[in-house]
Parts: sequence; structure tokens; C-alpha cells
Amino acid sequence: MTVNVLVPTPLRKYTGEKETVQVAAGTIALLVADLENQYPGIAARITDEQGELRRFINIYVNEEDIRFLAGKDTPIQDGDNVSIVPAIAGG
Amino acid sequence: MPKTLGMRCRECGEEYPLGPIHVCELCFGPLEVILNWDEISSRVTRESIQAGPPSMWRYHDLIPVEGPPTVGFHVGWTPLLHAKRLGRELGLKNLYIKNDAVNHPTLSFKDRVVATALTKAREFGFETVACASTGNLANSVAAHAAEGGFKSYIFIPWDLEQGKVLGTLVYGTHVLAVEGNYDEVNRLCAEAGGKYGWAFVNITLRPFYGDGSKTFGYEIAEQLGWRAPDHVVVPCAGGSLISKIYKGLNELNRLNLLENGVPTRMHAAQAAGCSPITTAIQTEAEVFRPQKPNTIARSIAIGNPADGYVAMETVRKSGGWAADVTDEEIIEGIKLLARTEGIFTETAGGVTVSAARKLAQQGRFGEDEVVVIAITGNGLKTQEAVADKLGSTVPIQPNLQSLADALQTDRLLQAV
Repeated sequence: MTVNVLVPTPLRKYTGEKETVQVAAGTIALLVADLENQYPGIAARITDEQGELRRFINIYVNEEDIRFLAGKDTPIQDGDNVSIVPAIAGG
Repeated sequence: MPKTLGMRCRECGEEYPLGPIHVCELCFGPLEVILNWDEISSRVTRESIQAGPPSMWRYHDLIPVEGPPTVGFHVGWTPLLHAKRLGRELGLKNLYIKNDAVNHPTLSFKDRVVATALTKAREFGFETVACASTGNLANSVAAHAAEGGFKSYIFIPWDLEQGKVLGTLVYGTHVLAVEGNYDEVNRLCAEAGGKYGWAFVNITLRPFYGDGSKTFGYEIAEQLGWRAPDHVVVPCAGGSLISKIYKGLNELNRLNLLENGVPTRMHAAQAAGCSPITTAIQTEAEVFRPQKPNTIARSIAIGNPADGYVAMETVRKSGGWAADVTDEEIIEGIKLLARTEGIFTETAGGVTVSAARKLAQQGRFGEDEVVVIAITGNGLKTQEAVADKLGSTVPIQPNLQSLADALQTDRLLQAV
């Protein structure tokens, strides 16, 4: 249980208002499953009915957008930091 | 009766009470403000709008704030000019420039969104406002925060053009220069917004902020004599503006204020070095692929556009297309607009002008159709981009002989 996941405000009602939670190493897909085990209901907010990442969600592993890595198959290791961030406007 | 009734998710339709929220809790889709159309249509007419001030606030009934504006009273109502000389170059008889390079007070279209967002921020009771910005928004938030007496925090990428940094610092704000690109700044701010409870105008107040851009579309139609144009070419960064211009045109049509419905095709313009939206449109892809930006057009260098899908949908639904242009073409676009129309736009404007030229060359506009190019920012802010591309001054002594010599040389040089 050594991967830290930063949880955005809209998802904290699932994590008992915790900003950071821990999951096991593996992949992003496994991370989502692990989160769901610990905090039931949270997975449906991150992935759609087909298990694909929702299009308005960004996930970063150690500052890197997983869409530049291997998407939901991106590996995560002990000590990695994962951020879940809703898309936002700007410019 | 209030004119704003609540919020609705664009993606899944879930509804929420009105508040400083921007993301759907169910699917993270963007929220939009639900307007009270019964109330609005009972009081908005061409006459009621024309009786309003010469600013974006003439459309106050359609802007998602309840009370009167509390900052940015003179924003908007910028010139729409018939660009005959540029039109000749592009082979278009009815080419227009909507010129937000001279928007008050900070010389970009961002004043529209910020005047809306900060008026709403005050209604929500915020005392501190903030933003993630590529520069123009930074200038505008800092200026309007000063005007409204808000405390402000501005987050920018560390390598922004000097003009945009100075044009933010001068208002006495806190500028945080983040070691990273805009997308990284954006991400930090999304995290900070939740932590500090500040009103990030383009995050916390995004649904209100975005609707400020509708006024760009309202003005185009009113200035064309209550007609929607056949085409609008819009620079895309986060992807919001293009959809809001289209929304604005459609709202006027809903109120039966337009002569011709909305035949408008919306066209997206991006830099080749940051083209997630135009690439997706040109390749007819379902999803856009985020990019790592590499372009001189920093104000629109957003590799992971939050409203990318909305922009793509707007272009497709309206029957428009997309073009992206190289850094060289951006410079050419800046110079072309300056040379033909006497307007000095920033790099984003160079993108839009060159993209419009490309679309014209592809035959996407009829010769007589009404085409509007959205110029959203001012060239004085991004002088670095053209600094060594404009030739140099001719030094002379303060006497007629020196002048004559110089003219001789100059003429000789030109003849070569």
C-alpha cells in the first residue's frame, strides 16, 4: 500500500474527505479497482460503463499525463504519486 | 424572478443548484448555467439591447449574473470592421475583423470572461480571486481584481512573454511563475482551488466565466445588422471561445432577434505546434490526443484543452473545418493583418489570420459570404515574436541632407 493518490474535491465524499489515499502498485486499471474496493462507488466516477477512462478526467503519474504513457495500462510502482484531476478551462 | 436557475452537466445532463462549482460529480463533465428563458424572452428585444450601454453589459439579461456588473463596466462592444484590403488578399468581398485587440481594459477578449466571473465572484461572496493563465487572462484578472478590490493570485508558466508578466505585476497582484508549461500550471491550480477556497475564475467559476464569451458572438451579429455571419474563424486554446460564440448566435436566434437564423460555420484555428483540436477535426477522430506544446503562440499553447470536445462538436455541428499554421505562418499572419488593415495582433491573431487564409485557399468560403475573423489579443503584448522579423529603423541626423541621403539609400535598397 505505497502508492499515494491525490483525490480531487468532487471525489472526496467517497474517501471520507481524505485528500490522499493509498493503493497497491500495479497499473492504473488496477488502481481504479483497488480504489473501488476501498471506497465503493468511486470507480464509476473515473471510468465509464466500458471501463474506459472518462473523457473529462486526467490522471497523472509522477507529473506525467497517462495519455502520454500507456493509458489505463500505465504501470505504477511503490513510491509513485498519482493525481486524479478533472479537466479545466484556461488560457 | 432570477434569470439563472441552476447548473447542468453538458456531458450527462445531471442538474445542480447554482453555486461556485464547475464539474459534474457524476462524470466530471463541464457544468453550464441554466438560464431562465421564460424570464429572458419576456424582456429582451433588439430595442432593449440597443438601449443598453456601449459595452458587453448591453447583453446583461443574457449574462449569468443576477445583479448589475460590479467590475469591468466598459468591457466589450469592440469594433467589427469590414476588412476590404485583407479581403482582397484572401479573395473575399465580405471579410470582417472582430477586433478584441482593443478590448478595454487589458486588450484581449479575456476581459469579457473576467468581468463576468468577478461580478459573479462578488455575488458568491469571494474576497480572493485567482487564475491559471497563458498571459491574457492573467492581465485581465489582475486588472479587474484591482478595480474590484479583490485579493488576487495569478499562476503563469515561468517562460511567458515579458509584456504579459509586466502587464500583470503592475496591478499589484501576486504572480506565481510555475516551472512548467500551461497544462502543468492548470493542473496545479485545479489542486490548489480545492485546497485554498479561492475563486479561480477559469476553474471554480468556469461556467460563469465561459459565458462571458457569448458576448463576442452577440456583438458580431448585432454589428452585422442582426445577422449571423456565414463563417467565423476562431483561435482555439482551451476550446471554450468557439463554442460560446456559436452559443451566443444561437441564443439570439432563439429570441427571434436575427434576420437569417444561424447559417454560421465555425472554424477552428491552432498553431501547428499545439494542434490537438484541429488535428482531431482534420482526421475526423472521436477523441483528441493531448500534445506537448511547442509554438510561439503561447497564449493558445494548451496541449490538453478542457473544452476540446466541445470545440470539436461545435465545428462538426456547424459544418465548419479547421486549420493549423506554422510559426513562420503565424508571423506572416501578424504582418499581413498589420500591413492590410493597420491592426497589430498578438501571435494568436497571427494564427487566426493565417488559418483563415488557408481555409480561403481551400475554397471553404464563398467569395461573397460573410466571414468574420476573431482577433482576440494585442500585438504589443507579444513583441518578442516579431522583434527580429520587421526590418530595422533608418538612423539619420537632424538635417535635410541626411534625410535626402537616407531616402536615396532606402530607394536604392528597395530597387535591388
